[in-house]
Order: sequence, then C-alpha cells, then structure tokens
Amino acid sequence: MWEQQLAFWILAVAMGAAALGVVRTTNIVHAALYLVVVLAGAAAQYILLAAEFVAWVQVLIYIGAVVILFLFGIMLTRAPMGGEGRRLDNDQRWGAVVVALFVFGVLVAMLVDAFGGEEIRFGSELVAQGRTGNVGSDLFREFLVPFEVVSMLLLAALIGAVVLARRD
Amino acid sequence: MDINQFLILSAFLFCVGIYGVLARRNGVLVLMSIELMLNAVSINLIAFSAFGREVAGQVFALFVITIAAAEVGVGLAIVLLIYRNLSSPDLDEVDQLKG
Repeated sequence: MWEQQLAFWILAVAMGAAALGVVRTTNIVHAALYLVVVLAGAAAQYILLAAEFVAWVQVLIYIGAVVILFLFGIMLTRAPMGGEGRRLDNDQRWGAVVVALFVFGVLVAMLVDAFGGEEIRFGSELVAQGRTGNVGSDLFREFLVPFEVVSMLLLAALIGAVVLARRD
Repeated sequence: MDINQFLILSAFLFCVGIYGVLARRNGVLVLMSIELMLNAVSINLIAFSAFGREVAGQVFALFVITIAAAEVGVGLAIVLLIYRNLSSPDLDEVDQLKG
C-alpha cells in the first residue's frame, strides 16, 4: 500500500506545481507544456485508481489532440512568447486569489466533513471492474443514447468551429 | 488509501483553474484554465468510481473528455475570431457591450 501512497504524493506534488505553473508563467508556450504535465499526471492517477482505459483515452485525446490544438491557437494568435512581464494577466489578480482560496477552503471543509476517514478498498475485484470490456459494455448498454447524443454534439462542434474560423 | 486525498487534489486543481479563468487576460490561457477545471472533475469521477465500485463513473469521465475536446475546438475558433477582429487575443478588449 505504501508504494501507492508514494506514487500518489509524487504525482500530486508534480501536478500541483505544474498547475500553478499554467496560471503563473509569463510565457504562453510554457503554459501549454505545464498543462501537459498536469494532464499526464491525471492519467497516471487514473491508472492508480485502476481505470486504465480512461487513462489512455486521456493521453490520446488530451495530450495528443487538445494540447496540439492549444499550440495551434498560440501560433495563430501570435501570442507573446518572449515573456512580456504581466501582460498576460489582468488587474484583478488579488480578487481572483481571494475567490480561489475561499472556494478551496469551502470545498476542503465540506469534503473532510463528508468523507473524512472513508477509504478506497483496492484489490483484484477493483482491477477486474476497471477492465476495458466492462467499461465498453456499460457504455453501450446503459449509456447508448448519451453516446449517440455526444457524437451529434461532436459533429455540431466540428461544423461550428469551421463556420466560426472560416474567412468570408 | 483515503478517498479524500484524491478529492482534495482535484479541489486544488479546480481552484487553480478558477484563479486562472479570473486572472488571465489572454483567451488561450483562459481556455487552458478551463481544461484544468474539467480535469479536476474527471479525477473526482474516477475516484468515486473506485470508491463506490461503479463503472458508470469511468463512462462519465469519458463523456467529460469528449465534451472538453469539442469545447476546445469551438473556444479556440472564437478566440481566433476575436484576434482577427480586434487584432489582439486579450479578452478584456472585448468590452463593446459596456455602457
């Protein structure tokens, strides 16, 4: 069990530091690279929680597709890459710090109150439950209609993005 | 392992995302902060899936990932349009509705 704890804490520290890097860095390309660290850490946490299919989907779609889209967006908007001081931030930073700390405090107090001391029981049956076959049969038995709705949503987003970005 | 360590990690990521959405001026960086918040939600769903022995949590995480991909596509198209019209990706220049 201590190996899992060690892995969790290494990943958690890396993810927290990289997340702060995303919102603090003055170089926008570095922000995208910090985001890769957070997303890869999340995928590793999924593997730790025996959800391997979701972990690889996370690697393929987030790190493979979404981050590349972000890099395209950075290039196409000619964002400052040399680090232009605080030009990337607006002047409501301290208000944002107060709001974020307040929400974090409320969430932690609520979680400790609701789930304090509750444990995730690991073992072979958790691994068996997370198998890709189980996820697939659940997806296509219980969630077939939402699955089709999501494919329509993707089609609508595809057409919407083309219509928005097209030059007339 | 405590379930709370996963939940508090995801609460931390969510709050960092809130800070980024509120404090960043560049549209692409605001979208990245939204991705942080969506990821926090996915970690929550997977942790509850392992806690409650229920595969539905993983299916929901898959849906969140799909919808995040669609959101980034449309969001970046909108940021691109703002850049083309105002020649700047900064969101606080979009203030034409301000009286």
